[in-house]
Amino acid sequence: MAYSDKVIDHYQNPKNVGTLDKSSKNVGTGLVGAPECGDVMRLQIEVNSETGMITDAKFKTFGCGSAIASSSLATEWLKGKSVDEALAIDNMTIVEELNLPPVKIHCSVLAEDAIKAAINDYREKNGMEKIKFEESVIH
Amino acid sequence: MLQLPIYLDNNATTPMDPRVLEAMTPYFLNQFGNAASRNHPFGWAAEEAVDYAREQVAKLIGADPKEIIFTSGATEADNLGIKGVFEMYASKGNHIITATTEHKAVLDTCKHIEKQGGEVTYLTVQPDGLIDLAELEAAIKPTTILISIMYANNEIGTVMPIKEISAIARKHGVLVFSDATQAVGKIPVDVNKDGIDLMAFTAHKMYGPKGVGALYVRRKNPRVKVTAQMDGGGHERGMRSGTLNVPGIVGFGKACELCMNEMESDTKRISILRDKLQTELLKVEESYVNGSREYRLPHVANISFKHVEGEGLLMGFNKNIALSSGSACTSASLEPSYVLKALGLGDDLAHSSLRFGLSRFTTEEEIDYTIKSITDTVLKLREMSPLWEMYKEGIDLDSIEWAAH
Repeated sequence: MAYSDKVIDHYQNPKNVGTLDKSSKNVGTGLVGAPECGDVMRLQIEVNSETGMITDAKFKTFGCGSAIASSSLATEWLKGKSVDEALAIDNMTIVEELNLPPVKIHCSVLAEDAIKAAINDYREKNGMEKIKFEESVIH
Repeated sequence: MLQLPIYLDNNATTPMDPRVLEAMTPYFLNQFGNAASRNHPFGWAAEEAVDYAREQVAKLIGADPKEIIFTSGATEADNLGIKGVFEMYASKGNHIITATTEHKAVLDTCKHIEKQGGEVTYLTVQPDGLIDLAELEAAIKPTTILISIMYANNEIGTVMPIKEISAIARKHGVLVFSDATQAVGKIPVDVNKDGIDLMAFTAHKMYGPKGVGALYVRRKNPRVKVTAQMDGGGHERGMRSGTLNVPGIVGFGKACELCMNEMESDTKRISILRDKLQTELLKVEESYVNGSREYRLPHVANISFKHVEGEGLLMGFNKNIALSSGSACTSASLEPSYVLKALGLGDDLAHSSLRFGLSRFTTEEEIDYTIKSITDTVLKLREMSPLWEMYKEGIDLDSIEWAAH
């Protein structure tokens, strides 16, 4: 299977690899996937609690090139967005941007799930109710 | 001079030896005859070439030329051997014993037989990939007609105790079929010393052409017969109809002759390279060899690098090094290798595996490049891996409740 140039670029030069302090109140962490499924994504956001803007985003991913690229792209998109805008990121826009083939769509779903999980973690830490998402059925 | 890309996927297929192509060429051109044409020189030349190749093939495995049935490859030979025995010996019984780590060509054939009313026992393997002989013997029943155990595994290179298996089979009057696709031409295989009754193998795993293989069918002690699966002109003593692939068969013969003559020196050289590759890659933290190291093909190593995913790993160098992974993502199924799982490997390790298959043409330079390239990629991906970070922090990954998908 050939990868798109964008996937290859994110794989070779991943953006925002790293770790934020998960004990910080301003940091939301989403850990999704499972080792036995062959992909685990950890996506973190740092939020300015006054403005509600995402000031930083980091990821670490265990998975194939498409999973790495999806999470790298997601962190790029998250930075500078408000939390509400981040909630609107849809996996299909990741699919389109990276030109993912059908067998790799689950990588984009995982990235979307990771964003939502990170936002909920942030909300919970700051005394807000968790948002209930429709379960994404994949794998 | 190092030439890229490097080919280390020789369990999938080997490059053809130029000497094989040379032997084949005339049979594509002037000597194009049909080996079944009995009444003109074109046919005679083709028949003579096939007879000679049959001798070359038989000699490599210690068989009689009459015991070689040419097929389109190992998959067809697996089908013919197993289905052919099942049908031919239906009056004796309907039970077949095989193992969970067999190639799909054997497993799916067995599944087909189950649908036809046959009964199949799938033996599990031990963590080193070998079957338990006591378990094998215990599985034999009065209705057992065939034991089908591969000679060497295609993913991990584990070599099965064929002699011991056939001794047990003999004792109980059961036939032995072996898919020896990965073994023939690489290690000494002798159907008589090994006690094999039927055996499948193919040219393209031993520097020969694709599209040609063989089924060995024993003619003496005992005389074995298989029911043909292809009806037609009655070629190959009625067991496999279809015009013979003369150039392919000639190439197969030549490939066998070369393996016969060069196996010893090839093995010596290749196993040194394989050992170097393995030793150096095991210097990477948390890397493991899958399957038996002792009972293993000399050119194969299957290694897992914990906490990095196989396909992601391949992507780091697959422009320059051709390898395969036991990871799910390399296939459409999203399931990691069933062979590695059968060894009892966790899915995480199965997902993290690379299969190396060296060849007659592999050079030390290529191995050195591969060692460096893979080591660098593993280290880079671990920097990106949340699992590696957790492992380094001393978090037990099994204690985490992973979001089920």
